[in-house]
Amino acid sequence: MSTDFLYLVEVLINGLMAGVMYSLVALGFVLIFKASGIFNYAQGVMALFAALTLAGIMEGQVPFAHIINAILGTNIHHFGWHVPAVLAILMTIVVMVGFAWGVQRFVFRHLVGQEPIILFMATIGLAYFLEGVGDLMWGSDIKTLALGLPQGGSRWLEDMTVGWGGDDFYGFYIDKLDMVATIVAILLVASLIAFSQYTKHGRAMRAVADDHQAALSVGISLNFIWILVWSLAGFVALVAGIMWGAKSGVQFSLSMIALKALPVLMLGGFTSIPGAIVGGLIIGMGEKLFEYTVGSLVGGATENWFAYVLALLFLVFRPQGLFGERIIERV
Amino acid sequence: MKMKKLAALAIAASVTAAPVMAELVIPDLSYRTGPYAAGGTPFSDGYQDYFNLLNARDGGIGGEPVRILECETGYSTERGVECYESTKGEGALIYQPLSTGIAYQLIPKTTADQIPLHTMGYGRTSAADGEVFNWVFNYPANYWDAASVMVNYLLDENGGSLDGKTLALVYHNSAYGKEPIRTLETLSEMHGFNLTQLAVDHPGQEQKSQWLQIRRERPDYVLMWGWGVMNQVAIQEAANIGFPMENFIGNWWAGAEHDVTPAGAAANGYKSLNMNRIDDLPVFAEISSLVHDAGNAAGDGSNIGKVLYTRGMYAAMLAAEAIAKAQEIHGVAQVTPAMVRDGMEALEITDARMEELGMAQIGPAFSVSCQDHGGTGFGIVQEWDAASGTWTALTDYIAPDDSVTGPLVTEDAAAFAAENNITPGCL
Repeated sequence: MSTDFLYLVEVLINGLMAGVMYSLVALGFVLIFKASGIFNYAQGVMALFAALTLAGIMEGQVPFAHIINAILGTNIHHFGWHVPAVLAILMTIVVMVGFAWGVQRFVFRHLVGQEPIILFMATIGLAYFLEGVGDLMWGSDIKTLALGLPQGGSRWLEDMTVGWGGDDFYGFYIDKLDMVATIVAILLVASLIAFSQYTKHGRAMRAVADDHQAALSVGISLNFIWILVWSLAGFVALVAGIMWGAKSGVQFSLSMIALKALPVLMLGGFTSIPGAIVGGLIIGMGEKLFEYTVGSLVGGATENWFAYVLALLFLVFRPQGLFGERIIERV
Repeated sequence: MKMKKLAALAIAASVTAAPVMAELVIPDLSYRTGPYAAGGTPFSDGYQDYFNLLNARDGGIGGEPVRILECETGYSTERGVECYESTKGEGALIYQPLSTGIAYQLIPKTTADQIPLHTMGYGRTSAADGEVFNWVFNYPANYWDAASVMVNYLLDENGGSLDGKTLALVYHNSAYGKEPIRTLETLSEMHGFNLTQLAVDHPGQEQKSQWLQIRRERPDYVLMWGWGVMNQVAIQEAANIGFPMENFIGNWWAGAEHDVTPAGAAANGYKSLNMNRIDDLPVFAEISSLVHDAGNAAGDGSNIGKVLYTRGMYAAMLAAEAIAKAQEIHGVAQVTPAMVRDGMEALEITDARMEELGMAQIGPAFSVSCQDHGGTGFGIVQEWDAASGTWTALTDYIAPDDSVTGPLVTEDAAAFAAENNITPGCL
């Protein structure tokens, strides 16, 4: 095997791994869209907010410290304790469930029956609101997530494969964090599928996704299901926030990871959980291979461009995406 | 009816009779929110705290109090222009937007409105040519100086030769990130090194392709032109692939504490340029006691002494000195923007003056002239010590190669003048 081929394989593997990271973000979009038909523009900000909350709780930060200090004339910023990771994650989940309840109670309950574009615009407002609240609660400084997640390439794999294609092959590089993200994504998808297939609330969620009115007529509480769905999306956002935040620190640019999820959704379909995974893998692999083979010829930085062009092609030839439900409206 | 008239007259009299409160208006186009807040907040804190110190200690500048007008841009060019438009009517004396995108938009506006624009170490590099850019200043250094200082440092590290070496430039794929390319290309021809260019898409959260390429091609050095999340991710990715940190040098917008702390111990040894020295300056004690303890801190007071806080304070000091110079030239305390421009053009920052201000050697000594709005272009190289969480200066101020940057500035400024029908000359 030539060195060039081995490096191509390395790029391909890393592309797949990057795709998993994109899928983690895309999953949250799918959950909400499938259950309620809402394209949740705030999903990226939810990932940011969840990660900020986790980091803030772990560090023992006082939420809204600036406001408290300004009103009371105090100078407190930290409680002086550090919360263990597992407990902090549980507390963050509680916060995200509370957020889901608030969204349902104060926003979408008042918008029942509105056009999809109205609901979409409501999520834009929600995104700005949540970003502002996140800033007020936890501040805008970059936070480090001390969860003990592994960083760096797998030295074992490098040592095992070094020199395969000749002296100028330095072994396969695979990021350990990406490996963890892959395992987490597999567990997450398996859990979501098991939940929707084998639990009462999961089946109710699917029923609501299929037909709201029919679900309502058999006694399913739409209110509860939508809170459940937003809570699940909040949990998925937390997982995505942890994985992306481990790379760069938790900072406000995390909200922009949603931009990486959009082509994944267009390709995989907005209503399919497996579609989010497969779409992510295709986008990740495709953009990395394109950058490797063509990028240097056109000045580089082709990844975002490629992802959106590929998504555009799918929109033209298969608008529902690979796994999305075909929408047929009879007149 | 009579009573109403009397009341109206009383109000009008009270308004017209009120003494006009003279003040020096300094807008602060800050960004404390959004993806770039981690960099914008400490800079703005330092900028405002210094003016607050002058108000508390000296009653302002030349006896005139300073009024700061803060306007949040979120690092958005559109909002930056809106901030400019909404504050210029207040009598704004000088703008320092801390954004190359906003700076580019403000160059024609400030020129038309005759308000000086100071882009310290950012913005349009050829603004150093004061005969073309009468109202724009970028002292003490610009991007092309930075590229040249980096190469001069590496020349020094390699016994005066970079022949056959490979330098990779990892840059933000924007006007800002592309600024050093031309200078580095010229320098690569001059010194015989190979230059690999690696563009990173905005915002820079995903850089796997670029760092896999670096791992494959093993350049001798990596130079970085980044801002925001791009810096943190790049440093983490460099650590991940095992690239030697001592061979990784960022520019002065990629060398703050928050750029390195997310990578933890793995960032140890990372280097960056700085246009101002990081030190425990006596002025910090004054700011703490007269501004922070008095409850007038611009932020929560936690950023004092940090890289970007110090740079913001340095920027404010340069503005204050220019205003003082303008007052001296024109013999009035209440100066106009045009007078401040005169002060900037006659500015002379000496070692003795910096020491007097409690910030000895914060920057190089330099003077500005009608022809030269760019200063000396000096920069230091600093290294991050992860264990102590501090930057250490590895070098004294390094001079750029003016024989390379000078002609590039002249050429680019001449092109700008031709495009905009400007006849170069002094005001």
